[in-house]
Amino acid sequence: MSLIEITEVRKSFGDNEVLKGIDLNVEPGEVIAIIGKSGSGKSTLLRCINGLETINAGSIQVAGAQLATDELHLKALRLKVGMIFQGFNLFPHKTAGQNVMLSQMVVKKTPKPQAEEMAKKMLDRVGLGHKFDAYPDQLSGGQQQRVAIARALAMQPVALLCDEITSALDPELVQEVLAVVKELASEGMTLLMVTHEMRFARDVCSRVVFMHLGRVHEIGPPGEVFGNPKTPELRQFLGQTH
Amino acid sequence: MGYVFDYSWIGEYSGVLLKGLWLTVWLILVGATFGVALGIFCAWVRALGPKWARPIVGAYVELIRNTPFLIQLFFIFFGLPSLGVQMGETQAALLAMIINLGAYGCEIVRAGIQATTKGQFEAGWSLGLSRIETFRHVVLIPALQRIWPALSSQIVIVMLGSAVVSQIAAEDISYAADFIQSRTFRAFETYIVATLIYLALAILLRQLLKGVGWVLFPKRSAAR
Amino acid sequence: MMEFSTWDIVRNLLLAARWTIVLSLVAFAGGATVGLVILFLRISKQKAARVFAGGYIELFQGTPLLMQLFLSFFGLSLLGVEVPAWLAASVALILWTASFLAEIWRGCVESIPKGQWEASASLGMGRFEQMRHVILPQALTIAIPPTVGFSVQVVKGTSLTSIIGFTELAKAGQVLTNATFMPFTVYGFVALIYFALCFPLSKSSQFLERKLNVAHRDH
Ligand SMILES: Nc1ncnc2c1ncn2[C@@H]1O[C@H](COP(=O)(O)OP(=O)(O)OP(=O)(O)O)[C@@H](O)[C@H]1O
Ligand SMILES: [Mg+2]
Repeated sequence: MSLIEITEVRKSFGDNEVLKGIDLNVEPGEVIAIIGKSGSGKSTLLRCINGLETINAGSIQVAGAQLATDELHLKALRLKVGMIFQGFNLFPHKTAGQNVMLSQMVVKKTPKPQAEEMAKKMLDRVGLGHKFDAYPDQLSGGQQQRVAIARALAMQPVALLCDEITSALDPELVQEVLAVVKELASEGMTLLMVTHEMRFARDVCSRVVFMHLGRVHEIGPPGEVFGNPKTPELRQFLGQTH
Repeated sequence: MGYVFDYSWIGEYSGVLLKGLWLTVWLILVGATFGVALGIFCAWVRALGPKWARPIVGAYVELIRNTPFLIQLFFIFFGLPSLGVQMGETQAALLAMIINLGAYGCEIVRAGIQATTKGQFEAGWSLGLSRIETFRHVVLIPALQRIWPALSSQIVIVMLGSAVVSQIAAEDISYAADFIQSRTFRAFETYIVATLIYLALAILLRQLLKGVGWVLFPKRSAAR
Repeated sequence: MMEFSTWDIVRNLLLAARWTIVLSLVAFAGGATVGLVILFLRISKQKAARVFAGGYIELFQGTPLLMQLFLSFFGLSLLGVEVPAWLAASVALILWTASFLAEIWRGCVESIPKGQWEASASLGMGRFEQMRHVILPQALTIAIPPTVGFSVQVVKGTSLTSIIGFTELAKAGQVLTNATFMPFTVYGFVALIYFALCFPLSKSSQFLERKLNVAHRDH
């Protein structure tokens, strides 16, 4: 059984069908890059996996937790998958440390000392142990995104969903975030990331998913997808971005 | 609960209710017209009027906004006659509403005016418009368009607040209700009916003001 | 007939003003509590709850406070008990205040970026936990100026309770006018006392608003 099983997933906004039957199985420790044109449904797919959107048909399962619409099932699912957003979405009224501690204490009822210890550990892991008491508006974009990663990691998810997590960053800050992700990948974290960083996808990912018009149009190891694209759509897409 | 609701009196007293409704409608239509005009005038004074007049208008606005309408009404109706200013209850009610709306209107219009940049004003100037013309076309119209929703809600608030004019015996809806319940002893039902009339009036007035907004400011996209 | 000096008038008015203050506090505290419940219903995921809260707000904001006071007074007495004016006044003012506070706060909650909801949801928080730990603390900061501003309306609103027979500042004014035949002086002082209560609230609301705007620009 795969870690993440996405079967025949369909999603519409009104009469605009954005996902037209997605099948994807992800094994533990895999790092998957999702690429594709704007509007092809990449974000929507990730948001469905996390239950931020309700799906119209099909099923999604993560480590045995089934996607459903009630809060109990959603919570179980969300404890297994963390999500990192393009816009960081740190809680502005909390320090970096409190950002990492909050959900542990509220959702998992972790006692404060343990939550604090975990927060320190996770901030250290993303290289920000010294920023424990800084508020988000005192941090650079890259630092904020690393805090967001630490915040997700503190919940000890089995997989992380990353939606263009470097797109809102100044170019010189992109690498520090990617370095953290690379580190996670090497430690065996399962990652599903929508990205425009083709070089990163080629170097780090185990498989690349090319989405087109709401479908998985091509899928395979990076060498194959980038080196030998089979469909004209992927060739055109790669031609544009390279 | 043993209470039996009884609305059989409505037929007999519908004339009284209608008369009250008419006064409430008349008060808000006339009061809103003059109140908004007063508000615009005061906003003009505060923004561009003579320097000496600005603090006076400021004091008027603060005084009205920080005292209850009921007291303003009592002051006008009971207090002013001792200065030799005598008036009937309907005039007093109308005057109180105009003065009240004028103060709130002033603040609302002023907020709209402040959003007009100096550059726009100078542009109007340089086109050869006079001060007043510039105020009217460059400042006031866009400002009114911007604040029309806020002004509309204030007008509805004044209409609902006008229910207390029954306390000086102006014969509006709530006066009619007082009168009816003193005859029928069906106080609860009477005030329910009166309340529903006010609710309907508030909803209609809101629609009416929306319509007025469309007529006065046809180019909606230009507001942004 | 008793003679009243100006000081007698002021002293009696000030004594009555205590009840205006007490009633304002009761209305505000009760209104805030009920308002919070209405707010939760208004932004609930359940359509029925949203519709109910919307109807509640429309009803209380779309009808005169005076009618609400009468309905509270006569409605409560239908329950068969003798209703003291303070009780009817408190009930009506609380429900009325709640409708406005709920609507003010809804605006504040809705101004919190969607990303805050999504981030806290993705961390596994339930709706109540999101509200409690993420949304409300942020909404509270921006809610303070308009909430303080609305407290002015509450203080002024208490004057209507004189009409159903609660003895506070406005009622004392009426009684004193009847006793002294000096309406100009009495209502002048009544107005001044209301002003003294309301003006500081208005000003602090404006001050807080400016402070908040400056704080936002700084970021
Ligand atoms: N909440 C929504 N309501 C309506 N339509 C939506 C919504 N979210 C996304 N869509 C539509 O779904 C389609 C796919 O959007 P999605 O955000 O998944 O694309 P994407 O592949 O992530 O694109 P990008 O690279 O620009 O982020 C788009 O046509 C978009 O307009
Ligand atoms: Mg996207």
